[in-house]
Amino acid sequence: MVNLTVNRTARLFDGDPDLPLLWYLRDELRLTGTKFGCGIGACGACTVLVDGQAVRSCQTPLRTLAGKQVVTLEGLSPDGSHPVQRAWTRIEVPQCGYCQAGQIMQAVALLARVPKPNDQDIDRAMSGNVCRCGTYQRIRAAIKEAAEGRA
Amino acid sequence: MNAIENVSRRHFLNGMFSAGAFVLAARILPASAWAQAVESSTRAAGSALNPSVYLGVEPDGTVFIVTHRSEMGTGIRTSLPLVAADELDADWKRVRIEQGIGDSKYGDQNTDGSRSIRDFYEAFRQAGASARTMLVTAAATEWKVPASECAAELHEVVHRPSGRRAGYGSLAASAGRLPVPKREELQFKPATAWRYVGKNHSIYDLTEICTGKAIFGMDAHRDGMVYASIEHPPVYGGKVKSFDDKEALQVRGVRQTVTIDPFKPPHMFQPLGGVAVIADNTWAAFQGRKKLKVDWDHGPHASFDSDRFKKELINTVLQAGKPVRNLGNVDSEFAKGGKIMEATYYTPLLAHASMEPPAAVAEFRENKVTAWAPTQNPQAVQDTVAAALGIDKKDVICHVTLLGGGFGRKSKPDYVAEAAVLSKKLNRPVKVVWTREDDIRFDYYHTVAAVYHKAAVDTRGRPTSWLARSAFPPIASTFDPKARYGLSFEYDMGLTDLPYDVPNYRAESGPAEAHVRIGWFRAVANNYHAFASGSFADEMAHAAGRDPLEYLLDLLGPGKVLDLKSQGANYSNYGAAIDKYPVDTRRLRRVLELAGEKSNWGKRKSGGGRGIGIAAHRSFNTYVASVVEVEVDGKGQIRIPRIDQVVDAGLIVSPDRVRAQFEGAAVMAAGLAMFGEITAATGRIQQSNFHDFRVARMADAPVQTNVHFVESTAPPTGVGEPGVPPVIAALANAVFAATGKRVRELPLSRMKLV
Repeated sequence: MVNLTVNRTARLFDGDPDLPLLWYLRDELRLTGTKFGCGIGACGACTVLVDGQAVRSCQTPLRTLAGKQVVTLEGLSPDGSHPVQRAWTRIEVPQCGYCQAGQIMQAVALLARVPKPNDQDIDRAMSGNVCRCGTYQRIRAAIKEAAEGRA
Repeated sequence: MNAIENVSRRHFLNGMFSAGAFVLAARILPASAWAQAVESSTRAAGSALNPSVYLGVEPDGTVFIVTHRSEMGTGIRTSLPLVAADELDADWKRVRIEQGIGDSKYGDQNTDGSRSIRDFYEAFRQAGASARTMLVTAAATEWKVPASECAAELHEVVHRPSGRRAGYGSLAASAGRLPVPKREELQFKPATAWRYVGKNHSIYDLTEICTGKAIFGMDAHRDGMVYASIEHPPVYGGKVKSFDDKEALQVRGVRQTVTIDPFKPPHMFQPLGGVAVIADNTWAAFQGRKKLKVDWDHGPHASFDSDRFKKELINTVLQAGKPVRNLGNVDSEFAKGGKIMEATYYTPLLAHASMEPPAAVAEFRENKVTAWAPTQNPQAVQDTVAAALGIDKKDVICHVTLLGGGFGRKSKPDYVAEAAVLSKKLNRPVKVVWTREDDIRFDYYHTVAAVYHKAAVDTRGRPTSWLARSAFPPIASTFDPKARYGLSFEYDMGLTDLPYDVPNYRAESGPAEAHVRIGWFRAVANNYHAFASGSFADEMAHAAGRDPLEYLLDLLGPGKVLDLKSQGANYSNYGAAIDKYPVDTRRLRRVLELAGEKSNWGKRKSGGGRGIGIAAHRSFNTYVASVVEVEVDGKGQIRIPRIDQVVDAGLIVSPDRVRAQFEGAAVMAAGLAMFGEITAATGRIQQSNFHDFRVARMADAPVQTNVHFVESTAPPTGVGEPGVPPVIAALANAVFAATGKRVRELPLSRMKLV
């Protein structure tokens, strides 16, 4: 039995404790905003926040989440108004959009830690997140814009 | 040639529109001949005669526009409706986009070949203008005033003298009873009055994507569905001999296993076969699969070794081939002696690796299948599923979700057919999810290629005679396992249509056998042909001690429209009419000149580990020049501070999305040139996931890509693919400028640069 919170809702999980958070979110809670990309923590598409830290949900078994707060893209803001979401929309970062949930959550975690990231900070934080459409230039611009908005 | 029909009172629209709606359907002729050649085996004869556009006005004023092309990140699902909405003078906020299911009534739906805007711009424009004209006529009739005194104005018709207004919704019923105006009676908006075309406009799905609500194929769901993960034969063409699923069935959540028959050649888009593990959730299916023990008959390709194959392929292009274009007499010029240059280039197999691995949901019920799939080609889903289950294609309904990338992979619906086959066997909805390992190991790969160039050059280093030869396992092998040569369209991507002004040129093809599934990948054969010709031109420039940009302009000469037909080439021109979309080397000159200006070419010097390279290439009827700057550090690591892409794609409908395509193409090109490589040993693909099939990450990607457009009113041409090929060549040329090391094989990660 695992008690956890997902997007501010308390959840009780009593299934296989080895089940990765990704599949709990997607297949059980039907929160499909968090994406499956590689299953080995190598692409970042499944990134969510656990107690404010960006984690790869495909590598995070439920048994490690007792008492933890999980936030997915669906729970980031009620209406897409989080500064990172606003920057993503304004700069129109997404092409296909599949990796962007992970990119946004990774960027949120970066900005929480480093409010004014420089290019190196951004490279370091974001290089675990693959975008096959190649939206990196706009991701960088959107992170900077979101950081400016905070100032 | 388009024809518009008023279909307001027909009932075949499956409840998409309400009873009082005014609905127009536009036909478009002809569909791309090129696509037909590729797919003649799967395409229903005559489908091109059917309507491609459905546009309707509901009584409440909502405008519905059906988009029949698949959205994989280009923005096409938004851009084509914008064209219709502009001519309709609709308020975009009141436009709803409806994704068309797979249906031959829409005409061609295969979203590949960078041709959605090229082929459907006119149809959407005419549909919008026709609907506007009919709404204006309906208002004028009701008001008993001349239609010439009325005009459309942002979702309303206005009677100018009286100022009287009526919303589109209130006019829908009466417009629906009117005859459709003839093409020649339509008045199109002048470009100065365009609200949406040529302006920056957000994609329709932007908010949903940024809030996690957008539905991709991976997200499709049916109540009562089970999850399947399939163990495919590790070698192409292999079969299950026997298997032991005892341990797999012990895994919590695993329900059963089901075998899927191997394909019967040609493989086309059929499932590969194998053993499916069926479970209550995706994770359990994956875990169960790890416990399966399968004994395989590996079949005839178990000795495929990509290193050995590479040597054979390079040897092939050193032998005489079959001519595909012949200008002048190459051999007699070579026989004269003088300075000869030659080089052989090699590019490996590549995987598409779209971020969303193949996935689909299918539900078989009462001899009919309904599928939800991220597919570039829903009609191929119908054909493939119907063939796999022995049912009529009309009984296959394919809903097209958003695609998490496609790049050509998702034109082949083998994974949808797997879901359908399993659903029939299990009698319940099934979701098939490919792992990343499945995606990398069982792709329809971008083919491996060798390209040989030879030229006799004059005292200024300019070729007097040029021979180019290309060999690669062809896409044709998808449809014919005996195919050893490409279809015309593969050579017509950068080999046949070498644009340079030389008196003698011969292009030849050599044979090669496919040992894995080969398919089209973003920009297709242009990638290796442009890498080779763009590198060879740069080699000749440097050998002559000339500036590469000045040299390329000299190679092009003053520019002209190429007459390939007189040179024995039946040039397929990406399926487009050659008179409307000629190979015009003046436009290639123009993008190069502009690239020189915009990149400050003359002022940026190479040397000391820093280099600038340039290349230009026409593909998908679009002209592109790319300038790439690299820095190579003491460890041989490449950094790309800047890329400039200059694009002549005719009229640009959605400038920001086109810019995004060329930014993304620069990243993809850089990634595949630097790291992209699929290899095989004993018939098995050796890569499996992003740790060993490397793609560009943020720190590897070009830091800044600037996209510049040539202002043009020429017909719109492709934008999804043409940004890739010249970047590969320009990057290789930049590496030479920085290091003095000539790149003749990709990926660069295999080269010692310092």
